[in-house]
Amino acid sequence: MLASQNLRKQEARASRRRSIDRWFGRIGFLVTLGTLGVLAILLLNLAANGLTRIDWQFLLSFPSRRAAEAGILSAWVGTILLMMVTASVAVPLGVAAGIYLEEYAPKNKWTDFVEINISNLAGVPSILYGLMALGLFVYQFRFGQSILAGGLALACLVLPIVIVATREALRTIPASIREGAFALGATRWQAVWHHLLPYSTGGIATGVILAMSRAIGESAPLITIGALTFIAFLPPAPILAHAPFISFDWLFSPFTALPIQMFNWVSRPGEEFQSNAAAAGLFLMLITLSMNGAAILLRRHAQRNIKW
Amino acid sequence: MNPIPAAQVSRVKDITEVEVKPEVKVEIQSLSFFYGRNQVLRNVSLDVPAYQVTAMIGPSGCGKTTLLRCLNRMHDLYPGNRYEGSVRLHPGGTDILGPGMDPIRVRMRFGMVFQKPNPFPKSIYENVAYGLRLQGMNKRRDLDERVEKALRESALWDEVKSRLHQLAHNLSGGQQQRLCIARAIATDPDVVLFDEPTSALDPIATSKIEELIVEMKKRVTVIIVTHNLQQAGRISDRTAFMYLGELIEFGETNRLFTNPAKPQTEDYISGRFG
Repeated sequence: MLASQNLRKQEARASRRRSIDRWFGRIGFLVTLGTLGVLAILLLNLAANGLTRIDWQFLLSFPSRRAAEAGILSAWVGTILLMMVTASVAVPLGVAAGIYLEEYAPKNKWTDFVEINISNLAGVPSILYGLMALGLFVYQFRFGQSILAGGLALACLVLPIVIVATREALRTIPASIREGAFALGATRWQAVWHHLLPYSTGGIATGVILAMSRAIGESAPLITIGALTFIAFLPPAPILAHAPFISFDWLFSPFTALPIQMFNWVSRPGEEFQSNAAAAGLFLMLITLSMNGAAILLRRHAQRNIKW
Repeated sequence: MNPIPAAQVSRVKDITEVEVKPEVKVEIQSLSFFYGRNQVLRNVSLDVPAYQVTAMIGPSGCGKTTLLRCLNRMHDLYPGNRYEGSVRLHPGGTDILGPGMDPIRVRMRFGMVFQKPNPFPKSIYENVAYGLRLQGMNKRRDLDERVEKALRESALWDEVKSRLHQLAHNLSGGQQQRLCIARAIATDPDVVLFDEPTSALDPIATSKIEELIVEMKKRVTVIIVTHNLQQAGRISDRTAFMYLGELIEFGETNRLFTNPAKPQTEDYISGRFG
């Protein structure tokens, strides 16, 4: 008698717990849907305004006073060159710092302090990086308002992201793998180079791509260091037809970038420039989304062969 | 293949019950180990005989794994650890804890097999070849030969010879552990350390590993930490019983199990604690 009563009470409690569980699932689903909906509306709105503007003429023309003749050639070339500088500075520095902090650094107050401040750096507003770059790279190092200064500013901005991604990728490798390598007589460097880096490439590359897609959309630091908004020429080519065949003059060229071009058009009166801005925004969005997509594919591909 | 070592011949003593002093491989002399301020090993002295299997038993936390990991200086990987005393590797008698001794050189002479199989996420071949590559062997032909030898000696060759270049993780748990044994012996170490190598395996895989260990002692000295008293009884020639960081008793396995000298040993092997 008593036992069956108890059973019924437990049954009632269980069904209540189940319904809480179900409701949480439903609410979560709705919230997710809402977030995706906002993104979809944003994309559709950009597409509605700008899709018709995207054609070869738009991609291959310099900005112009006449909206119909304007294009984003100097902007996307500038963006690509900026990203080359950013990646070639942020990736080696960030990965090396991540490896050092995770595999070499002793655990003490000093490294705790460094660790906390890397997280802090990730939260610093991007315009402050712009101000630092203006003072340090533009004036102190006399790089001018150049691609080099802009790329370095963005590299500083995304460096913490690369460091954190590297550390997290390394942390997923179990200690037993490290010990297995050390037990055979590997040095720390050999363990990193032969095992830890290859096994975490997927995670690191994913972090790097996400960092780059963050950098590609940044405008504040570039505006701060004085990126121009109206550029009707391309930087000098990096490859020459004559010796020494490679030139770094482009590093010191003034530049513009996609978000800046977009910002410039948005701030102009006139309907046609608005649709130019939407088209540039759409193009930027496509680049970012495909970079993120690549990150996901890369992660899947890299983890295919790695199980612990 | 190899000449029969002296210690093998002296195993006749098991029958005649005459204690013959076997050749000593690892001479542990008043070894203490500290983890920070915490002393984990207390003044342990122990002569590990060459070409025999020495088992270390004792309840959890008694320091047997800590002792094992002193022998290949694994503790050096983590901060705050300190050794006292000496561990001499014979012949030669170099103190592997001595100042100026490079832990990496120590680890190349002591192979280690861990509790859970830990193959690298690489091919079967590359797993076995890794230690050889670290020691500078590059020629494909030499590597092929040594990889095959190691896989044969770990009774894995016939199972994997057709798929040497497939991922090691496609093997079963028992096969993975035998692969780890192959990886450890490929470089011809003097001693192979086993840290509870069968605790993650089923009985059939376990018995294969046990057979392998018994077979292996023709070529190397084996030290095995085990939680499983039956296992120690089945495969070891000598057993060390440890308790609370001290070596309580060390002797021939048969004698220690049938006629322990110390009351703690008797309590432990009869299942009264541990």
